[in-house]
Amino acid sequence: MTSFTGTGRLLRLALRRDRVQLPLWLIGLMLVQAVTISSIVGLYPDDSDRLALAISSARSPVSLMFNGLVSGASMGATVVTQGFLTVAVGAALMSTLAVVRHTRQNEETGRAEMIGAGIVGRNAILTAALLVAVAANVVLALASAAVLIANDLPAGSSVAAGAEIAAVGITFAAVAAVTAQVAETSRGANGLAAAAVGVAFLLRAIGAVSGQVVDGGLTVISAWPTWLSPIGWGEEVRPFDENNWWVFGLFALAFVGLVGTAFALTAHRDLGAGMRAVRPGPAVASPGLLSPLGLAWRLQRGVLLGWAVGLAILGAVYGGVGDEIAEFADDSEQMADYFNQLGGTGKLTDLYFAVALGLAAIGAAGYATQALLRLRSEEAGGRLEPLLATSVSRTRWAWSHIAVAALGIVLLVALTGFTAGLTYGFVIGDVGGQAPRLVAASLVYLPAVLALAGLVVAAFGFLPHRAIAIAWTAVALCFLIGQLGPLLDLPQAVLDLSPFTHIPAVPADELTALPLVVLVVLATGLVVAGLAGFRRRDLTTS
Amino acid sequence: MTSVIATSALVKTFGQTRALDGLDLSVVAGEVHGFLGPNGAGKTTTIRVLLGLLRADSGTASLLGGDPWHDAVELHRRLAYVPGDVNLWPNLTGGEAIDLFGALRGGLDQKRRAELLERFDLDPTKRCRTYSKGNRQKVAVVAAFASDVELYLLDEPTSGLDPLMDAVFRDFVWREKEAGKTILLSSHILSEVEALADRVTIIRRGRAVESGTLAELRHLTRTSISVETGRPVTGLSEFPGVHDLTVDSDQARFDVDTVQVGDVLKHLIQFDIRTLTSTPPTLEELFLRHYGDELARESNTVEASSR
Repeated sequence: MTSFTGTGRLLRLALRRDRVQLPLWLIGLMLVQAVTISSIVGLYPDDSDRLALAISSARSPVSLMFNGLVSGASMGATVVTQGFLTVAVGAALMSTLAVVRHTRQNEETGRAEMIGAGIVGRNAILTAALLVAVAANVVLALASAAVLIANDLPAGSSVAAGAEIAAVGITFAAVAAVTAQVAETSRGANGLAAAAVGVAFLLRAIGAVSGQVVDGGLTVISAWPTWLSPIGWGEEVRPFDENNWWVFGLFALAFVGLVGTAFALTAHRDLGAGMRAVRPGPAVASPGLLSPLGLAWRLQRGVLLGWAVGLAILGAVYGGVGDEIAEFADDSEQMADYFNQLGGTGKLTDLYFAVALGLAAIGAAGYATQALLRLRSEEAGGRLEPLLATSVSRTRWAWSHIAVAALGIVLLVALTGFTAGLTYGFVIGDVGGQAPRLVAASLVYLPAVLALAGLVVAAFGFLPHRAIAIAWTAVALCFLIGQLGPLLDLPQAVLDLSPFTHIPAVPADELTALPLVVLVVLATGLVVAGLAGFRRRDLTTS
Repeated sequence: MTSVIATSALVKTFGQTRALDGLDLSVVAGEVHGFLGPNGAGKTTTIRVLLGLLRADSGTASLLGGDPWHDAVELHRRLAYVPGDVNLWPNLTGGEAIDLFGALRGGLDQKRRAELLERFDLDPTKRCRTYSKGNRQKVAVVAAFASDVELYLLDEPTSGLDPLMDAVFRDFVWREKEAGKTILLSSHILSEVEALADRVTIIRRGRAVESGTLAELRHLTRTSISVETGRPVTGLSEFPGVHDLTVDSDQARFDVDTVQVGDVLKHLIQFDIRTLTSTPPTLEELFLRHYGDELARESNTVEASSR
């Protein structure tokens, strides 16, 4: 028996468990690509249209940050510039979730113990998890290449474009292999891995924004931070332009290094344990814990802290590059066109902040979803049952988690505006003015986040078994509609599905109260209905 | 005798499965009531209905004079519950979890808490994620017995405890019983129920098949007798109620319906008894009598389907 004995069986088990989840991820990511390509083919059919788009994208920090590097104006290059980043981040998250699901989550639930008692080598569990993620990314690469080739794009570059997405996904699978060894819970491992994706995204964003525009405005040479980020490497492959196949060597090195680290860590820890020893804690509870609200705060505070750090950094970076907008705001009509497309008129910097704060608010919606799905995970984990056997009512218990989540949402939304205002104000020398102004602008997005939060509570109340899928699908849809909707000229009915569509583009646009009031009323209605559903149903654990 | 738990014709279905199929259960104040049945018989479902965690499809249930679904919060101040599968928050310590359950139940006796921790040999500073199944169960048991309540609902509370801890657990059950508390003890460990319970309800496929004191239940079954006599025993085989008789010169062994024991002994006296052992029916035999036919039928089905 080698340390890899049983990998094949475990791989089949993992594929069987993922038979719905992974295909859904792959189909979703393929749909995003297909829609991006068909929209760009439809909206920018002529070379001159794409030339204009490329030049404006190369000069726009917003586009460089949220869409990607510019590398020419051919049809293929345009598709990659506008669509690569979203799909690559999606592939990265699909991969980290899959690896954690088949490693740390198995240990947490005790399944790994039963598996480990079988004829299974020490490294088999981790190897099988990595193979699942690699297989999913290979399928994604082939499908992506096929979609590009089907749209009459050159085969070689299409394969490179598919491969760069898969390479990002596989590299983050290896990142998750390490975080699954370090963190003791699957929540922690997923959080660390997602944070790594976020840092990689920001590094490449900084690299792209501080890069140089060359080649008559058609190419952006990124600055060094891009080279610290696997997502940045993906962009540097530049398919349909340079086809830098050598960049895949960087991915290979990173993969080998990370997986080697993960296996070395596995060998030095016990099954079920993390890298830190568990310290004993207090023998008696502090008075603050002894209520449903105290317990909810204790269970939720770690998640809130993680999101607060992440979103504060995001806000600071957004604010830090805000001033670069002004540098070319004067001389570019195309820039103005681009921002008008994103929905509004007004000062370009203000439009930039409207886009940036809107995106950060979707991050806050991610927090809201994770925090409120605690309702479901407490129930499914069997921890709710003994609590409800005490004199705590269902409503009081649910409200305690909702209250903590609501506080967290307000805090996070205000915090992103604050850090953005702080760094932007520091650059332009107006901290006192910008910080409160951007906090206020950010808070305008609050009703949209609350509406999504309401949906999570309603899903928990009426469809507990489907709550996790419904909630995250809703967040992903809002993100995609916000990210790709205006660019792809999606129908208004589709755009209207996202509550964020209905938020006025503050600080660029005038504040209109009606949509905000409607969203708050909707959020309240969803919460009240969800709680009514929860009061009437059986507790279910499976 | 006041009724503490009373259910009648309780039905609860989960899709196609009929978990409770007209269950009648009656527990009176001050008794330890054994709730016996194999895995999947409906014991836990019954307790969850009594706690208002599940809503019954039909039938009635009353708990401490109230409605378990509508009056849940008020009723829960007066009871403590130990689940069969204790799940705790991984990053809380055992001591914190005990205090939390105590506080949410309406307070807990600090002296009792300390005594229970010592008797159960539980370290309250450990994180719940590091506890074994038995230790998680101890957390729930300590939290329950440290609360001052009228009713304890214990769902297989000792399934993870070692024999030493099992004995400690029995001590505390007796103590609560002496204090006049009511205890519903669900279990499939027959010796435990035999040692603790005043009355027993045997449940099978969501239905109570037998209910009464142990003496009453014993009455319904057979006593095993083994006797050594001066002269070979004759005439026993014609006796009503005698089963499985074997006679080997001066040794005789047989089972006899408990109601017939007196008559049989009068008959045996004529044969000059040297030694006699009489074994009353164990709960195990009671149990097997109710489930034995099911086992037999299941093995028949297996045979039939394999043919």
